[in-house]
Amino acid sequence: MAHKENYTILKDIIKIYLPEDVSVNDISEDSHFINELNINSANLVDVVLDVEDAFDIRLENEDMDQMQTVKDALQIVDKKISEK
Amino acid sequence: MLYKEILQKLPYAHPFLFVDEIVSINEKGVEGNFTFRSDADFYKGHFKDHAVTPGVLLTECCAQIGLVCLGIFLLEEEGVKTGKEIQIGLSSSEMEFYKPVFPDEKVVVKSSKQYFRFNKLKCEVKMYNDKEKLVCKGMISGMFKLNQHG
Repeated sequence: MAHKENYTILKDIIKIYLPEDVSVNDISEDSHFINELNINSANLVDVVLDVEDAFDIRLENEDMDQMQTVKDALQIVDKKISEK
Repeated sequence: MLYKEILQKLPYAHPFLFVDEIVSINEKGVEGNFTFRSDADFYKGHFKDHAVTPGVLLTECCAQIGLVCLGIFLLEEEGVKTGKEIQIGLSSSEMEFYKPVFPDEKVVVKSSKQYFRFNKLKCEVKMYNDKEKLVCKGMISGMFKLNQHG
């Protein structure tokens, strides 16, 4: 249940940073942020900062390196919440 | 870190260097200045009959002082050795312009850091002329990339 909620929250964050040629319907758990959703590295930082605020967690450089897909992001969020 | 060292690390050269001096710098922000010399080539065409400094160059000046100088300082503070390998990409700029800058005018740029995370630096920048009037202000952000050896 939490997973679905987190996914909805994440999707709402991602859609702010999508370029014009990508729609919110293109987002799936397997989507690659940079290669498929066309989010540039600078906007990916903004996604991370918004994720930190939304879930009240803090990501480190290693987390950023691992965060390639939407699923990766959800796993990192789960991990950080469980460590709180 | 000495102001001079930061200037030496800047990856720009004439005619695209828009920093003369850093007046102060710390982890919160930076202040520096630049004089747009009247012999610059672009004044011949902007505009044909009267020379005014292009807004894009005011933005560039804000970015070089407010973002790049500060970014180099912050990276060095983190213990990253910034050598010739540093690459910088402007990722966004949102500027508003209030006053024109004419040839030989000296401008002061004041920048305050909003955040520096995951090599992205976002700053609020303000540029003033020598009468201390606001020339332009805005938000600029950029990514710093370091090519690690080996």
